[in-house]
Formats: sequence, structure tokens, C-alpha cells
Amino acid sequence: MQNLSFGYGASEPLLADMSLSLQPGSFHFLTGPSGSGKTTFLRLCYADLLPRSGRMIAFGQDVSQLSRDGIAALRRKVGVVHQDPQFLDHMPVADNIALPQIVAGGPVDTDVIRDLLDWVQLRQHGGALPPSLSGGERQRAALARAVIMTPELVIADEPTGNLDWEMSMRLLDLLIEFNQADKAVLFATHDLNLIRAAKQRVQARVLRIAGKRLQLAGADL
Amino acid sequence: MKHGELKSLDLAALWQGLRRPDPMGTDRVVPPTGITAQLTVFAAAAMAFLAVFALALALATGRLAERWSNELAQTVTVRISAPTEQMDQQTATVMEVLRTTPGIADAKQLPDSEVEKLLEPWFGPDVPVEVLPIPRLIEVSEAGEGFDAEALRLRLQGEAPGAVLDDHTRWREPLVRAAGRLRVLGLVSLLLIAATSGAMITLAAKAALAANGQVIRVLRLIGARDITIATAFVRRFTRRAAAGAAIGTVLGMIAIWALPSVDEAGGFLTGLGFQGWGWLWPVLIPLAAGLIGFVATRSAALRMLREVR
Repeated sequence: MQNLSFGYGASEPLLADMSLSLQPGSFHFLTGPSGSGKTTFLRLCYADLLPRSGRMIAFGQDVSQLSRDGIAALRRKVGVVHQDPQFLDHMPVADNIALPQIVAGGPVDTDVIRDLLDWVQLRQHGGALPPSLSGGERQRAALARAVIMTPELVIADEPTGNLDWEMSMRLLDLLIEFNQADKAVLFATHDLNLIRAAKQRVQARVLRIAGKRLQLAGADL
Repeated sequence: MKHGELKSLDLAALWQGLRRPDPMGTDRVVPPTGITAQLTVFAAAAMAFLAVFALALALATGRLAERWSNELAQTVTVRISAPTEQMDQQTATVMEVLRTTPGIADAKQLPDSEVEKLLEPWFGPDVPVEVLPIPRLIEVSEAGEGFDAEALRLRLQGEAPGAVLDDHTRWREPLVRAAGRLRVLGLVSLLLIAATSGAMITLAAKAALAANGQVIRVLRLIGARDITIATAFVRRFTRRAAAGAAIGTVLGMIAIWALPSVDEAGGFLTGLGFQGWGWLWPVLIPLAAGLIGFVATRSAALRMLREVR
């Protein structure tokens, strides 16, 4: 993104003059106080919002110029995990994980689904319906769904916000593993302990939104 | 969001999506809607049932108008009302006039007994009809192209002032007009049924789409195209509408078939139903219902998708 600004309606900009480039294999944490615009920033990244000014280039394309089908194609290259992930509650967990393949019209690869269920340790929950999953299980299922199309980037919006430390670390491990396949990760959190723990194991940059602007956080973390 | 951004949802693309089989089970992404689904099928069936009757009415009144028009056009009578002493002479004059009029094949005086029989239902069997000053009736059969009624009327006026030519135009026309209006009413009923079905399916589709707002947002988030989402809904409602209408149409056709036959019923019900190839017309009802379901759901889906980026 280049000199990107955004505000809701005609109000004052929430985010201003932001520039960032995410490269394959990079791992970024995004921090900032509640209400600073972390979620808004991430929504701009997967074209759920369009910038008021500046340019948002994703995979060589200006997001503002994308058609609705173009946005859909972009989202197949970007996996998203929310703090409160939503599923289709009438479909089993395995089908929810396969959902991006189903809606893309391609064949559902059951081997991949099985591998993903193993990867996120939900093998025994594959046939369960999402409402029966715990918070941590939902996050892992959401991560499996986010990576099934082998996206170039995973955006995680405070995925550990409702999880205990152990479960948070498990999710972090999965994201680090994904990152090691030369994929980019953008992880929003305000949990500094999690960031410190992650920096022991992965070369991560920490970004902070403060005063409407994006800053590179220092070593004090 | 601009309207044009949903251009991938044009009718042709959606129709293609609808015709394609669904081996991947993409339609599964829309949760089953239970009572809404059943109500849609029921409403489509009820509307189709009514549509069958409206169609039967439109077809039957069309036939009725045509039949009355044709049959009555061929029935012409001359009525002679004259003082008793002039009756025979005027009758003879009228018969001569008719014999020499081009376009008349035959003219036959109805015997008094037959005239009395015609009047009996009005006066009852006990009234001595023979003592009443009853007009004479002459039944005229037209030949080929028919005759010039106005010219004949003028001739009769001049030669037999008590004779009146009655080609039944006066009472035939209102009947034919009434039958024509009934046909229009039948067609208007069909249009109303179609519009009501469209409104009902739109409401059901909107309710389903609104209830599945979260599903739609999830699907867009994971990269589903509008066409994929809309097709899942459109396919479901089109099928429900067509299936319900098919049930209603079959039931309606059975009901029409089971109506008393022409001989048994007579009167107004004569001919209400389908004849010959006319039985194929109701086949169009489920197709029309499917089309209405398709258009109504597409329109509702477009509106819903406009709200989701």
C-alpha cells in the first residue's frame, strides 16, 4: 500500500498516509490500542474496504479497480482468520474447511482436507458441526479454511483474543509453520507476550498503529 | 456499490449456472430453510391450481364466445304479428318474399303445436295457449354466403308490415361480449396469479437471503463469486416454485378432468375444461412458475449482494 488513507463516511480519517509492502515469507505483527484501526487496516488488505486515498496494490493489481469477481479472486489468494470466525453452521467442520474449494467450483481434495484436519489437530471433529467446537478449535478450523487454497498471505485479526495462552501458542505455531512455506503472515494482536514469544522463533517485524499512522515498532517489545 | 459491478449476474450467466449440474454440491452452502421451503412449495402449488382453472376458464369462454357467435349467426326467424284475418295473407306474402330472396336456402313455418311447445315453459301447461294471439314463426335457413338482412328487413316492412326479421343480433352480441369479457377476466386472473406468485417468491427469497446474510458474508470472504452465491439461491427457489407448481397443476388438471361431462352438467359449465391439444396448455404453468421463481430470486439476490462487498 502506498500513502493510503481511510475514514468511515465523511468523518476524519482513521488511518492516514500508510505505506507497507508485504513480501513472500514475511511475518508481520500489527499492534495498537483498541480502536486504533487494526481491523480497518486488515479489511483494507483483503478489499473489504476501499481506501479514501492512496493506492492498494495486491498481487500487481490496484484493488480499487477490481471488479467484484476480481475481489473474489483476490480473496482466494488471501486467507483471513478473525477473532470470532464465522462458519456455515449447517455444514460439518470438514466441509467448512473445504468451503473455498467448493465455491471455487474445483474438486474437493479429501486428502488435503484430511491433512489439514491433522495439521490443526481436529481430525476427530471433522464430522462435527461448528457450534459444537470450542473457541480454540474454531480458530484452528478457521486457519485450516484460510490456508486450503494455499494463499500467498494469511491475515489474522486478533485470532488469540479469546484463547488461553496454551491455545494461543498452538495457533501461533501453525501460523509460523505456514510462514515457513514462504508465505506471508500479517497477525494483528495486542498481546505483547505473544509477540515476544513469537520473536524467539521467527523473524517477525512489528508494526504499530498510533496517531492514525503505521509505525515500525522498536526493540522494546 | 455501483449497479454495474454485479454485471456478472446477468440473466444468461445465471441461466447457465442454473442448468449446470451441481456435482460439487455448491448449493449445499445455503442452509435448508424448513418451513420457508415448504411454504414456497405450497404457495406455488396453490397458485398453479388456481392458474389451471383460470386457464380453463379463459379457454372455455373463448370457445363459448366462438360457438355462440357461429351457431346464432346461422339461426334466423321471421315473426309475424298481424290481426287474425290478415295472418294467412301476410304469412303467404312473407313466404314468397323469402323464396325470392337470394341467400336463403329454406323457409319453414313452425307448426302451431311447436310454437305452443316453445311457450309452454313460460305459461305453464294449463294455460290455453291456442286462444292467445300468438305470432307465427318462420324458420329461415341461410345458404352459402347468407343474405342481406337489412334489405330483407326493408322488403318485409313494405310487403308484410306485421313481419319482423329476427337474426338474434340484438341478444347474441351481449352474450358474445359477455363471453369475451369472461375470457379477458380469465387472462387477467392468470396475470394476477403470476404477479402474486412472483411477489410471494420474492418475499420468501428475501426472507431466506436476509436470514442467510451471515452465510453470504462468509462466502464472499472466502472468495465466492456473486454468480456462485446467487445461483445457489436461485436454483433452490426456481426448483421449489417449479416443483410446487407442477404438483398444483396436476391436481388442477385432475379436478378439471373430474368435472361433470357436458351432457351431465349442461348450462353454464358446458365446455369448462380443456379439449384435445388444449390439455398441453397447463404444462406451461410449472415452466412459468420456474421462470417467475428465477427472476424473483435473482432480483432479490442482486439487492442482497449489493449490500455485501
